Amino acid sequence: MNKELPEFYPSLPLKIRPDCCEPSPHFQIENLSLKYGSKFAFRNIKLTLNRGCITALVGPSGCGKTSFLMCLNRLIELIPGASVTGEIFFDTQDLMKAKTPVIELRRKVGMIFQKPNPFPQTIRKNIEFPLKEHGILDPIKRREILERALTDVGLWQEVKDRLEAPALTLSGGQQQRLCIARAIALEPEVLLMDEPCSSLDPISSGVVEDLIASLRQRFTVLIVTHNLAQARRIADYVAFFWLEDGAGSLIESGPTKQIFNEPRHKLTAAYIGGLRG
Amino acid sequence: MFQRDRLFTLIVWSAALLVVLIFASFIGNIIYYGLKNFSFLYLWSNPINTGREGGIFPIIISTLLILLVCMTVAIPLSLCTAIFLTEFTSQENILARFIRRSIDVLSGVPSIVFGLFGNAFFSVKLGLGFSILSGGLTLACMVLPIMIRLTQEGLRAVPPEYSLSGSALGISRSQILLHLLLPAAAPSVIVGLVLGVGRALAETAALVFTSGYVDRLPQSLWDSGRALSVHIYDLSMNVPGGETSAYKSAFTLLILVFFINSITTQLTKLWLQKRIILQ
Repeated sequence: MNKELPEFYPSLPLKIRPDCCEPSPHFQIENLSLKYGSKFAFRNIKLTLNRGCITALVGPSGCGKTSFLMCLNRLIELIPGASVTGEIFFDTQDLMKAKTPVIELRRKVGMIFQKPNPFPQTIRKNIEFPLKEHGILDPIKRREILERALTDVGLWQEVKDRLEAPALTLSGGQQQRLCIARAIALEPEVLLMDEPCSSLDPISSGVVEDLIASLRQRFTVLIVTHNLAQARRIADYVAFFWLEDGAGSLIESGPTKQIFNEPRHKLTAAYIGGLRG
Repeated sequence: MFQRDRLFTLIVWSAALLVVLIFASFIGNIIYYGLKNFSFLYLWSNPINTGREGGIFPIIISTLLILLVCMTVAIPLSLCTAIFLTEFTSQENILARFIRRSIDVLSGVPSIVFGLFGNAFFSVKLGLGFSILSGGLTLACMVLPIMIRLTQEGLRAVPPEYSLSGSALGISRSQILLHLLLPAAAPSVIVGLVLGVGRALAETAALVFTSGYVDRLPQSLWDSGRALSVHIYDLSMNVPGGETSAYKSAFTLLILVFFINSITTQLTKLWLQKRIILQ
């Protein structure tokens, strides 16, 4: 099929990524469907996320990418009317079981939202409040974690003298990095990111993007993005969603190089070539 | 067009001015007559000659006790009900709809009916008699609707991201409520509290039937106690020559409302500022 559409292929040289070690599945999703009321948001998704890799979720708006993310930390159950069917395995843990300890799951599977959403508290409290909730009661230890997390996201030098300032006085990019710091302070294994750069200006967006790229191997990252160039720059794997019969479905997924250079599906080729979407 | 605009501006301005005028003359009247031969001794001594002379010390204490009983019951009840309605049930839930309807009905009931109910239920059925306890509980029923409604509105106005991002970090529901949602809803909760306190302090009819008329210092919550509003009513209606004292009591009531409201507002703000930063 790709032979028919050669002219759509991006001609830029690809930054070749090492296939981050031996791929080992961290999340396995089988036949996952989500309904809001009687309407499907997405249908029959089958996807594997490899440990320590960055997987980018691309596709047009409204095909259930955000909802898909929210299934992986079971945040979807907070949305009224949502019902999920299928199988999600996180390591060996079956997440569809009602008895899954969600608090613990959400500590292990952090999430970053499209709009930076620090709590209306001080910078310090933004990081320490969740830590306290997860039983880290020693203030010295919390302080260490705070410094490490802020250093990891490159915010420490910028805010170390104003930890007691309201988090909402930070710039958008700083707020988003604070949110990432807040999530990684809990030492998660997986980070779900819902278009983390889309509400930021180009410079902040670049900073956050570099940060995400630097998280490779430390965390398994699933990132939704509308920015194909970004997906190409940072992702090891790409999964392409498209609307079919009014519901999202996974058209194609695979290593970034393959998706961009030799897409197997016509829609993928059209989308990444900028013809559709 | 221009003419019409001017007329419109004129109407709006005069309406606003009229309201200010009514309010000012009313407050001014009370302050003027209330401050006339007002002394602090008035606040500290017992009423003599059915209130014509002496002071209102026992009456202030009864009023505060009634308010205390009322708020001790109404604050937790209204908070929990509002939280239940906004966070734990959907809009269409049958129980939630029933509760909402009850609140609507309750808020439209005249206070005299609350008085009769309080008398029949708290005083007679539960055997509390004419007491501060029955008065406070009756008032609690009265102020519940407004406090629930405003807490609910406050909670609904909190951006849903707080809840989502909190949950995404694995923070439990109760902690999200306590540390994020309630503090963010606080301005509205405070308004509810202020209105509730105001309504409770102003209530006369319901208290005549429940906490009674006795103007002695109450020894316990089971004693009858006369509230300030009842005292004012009694002085101006039933006691010839009681007008001066009535004005002084009204003035005291105004100051009391003002003080209690500023203290509650400040305390709540202080408590909240430890939790979140209100813009």
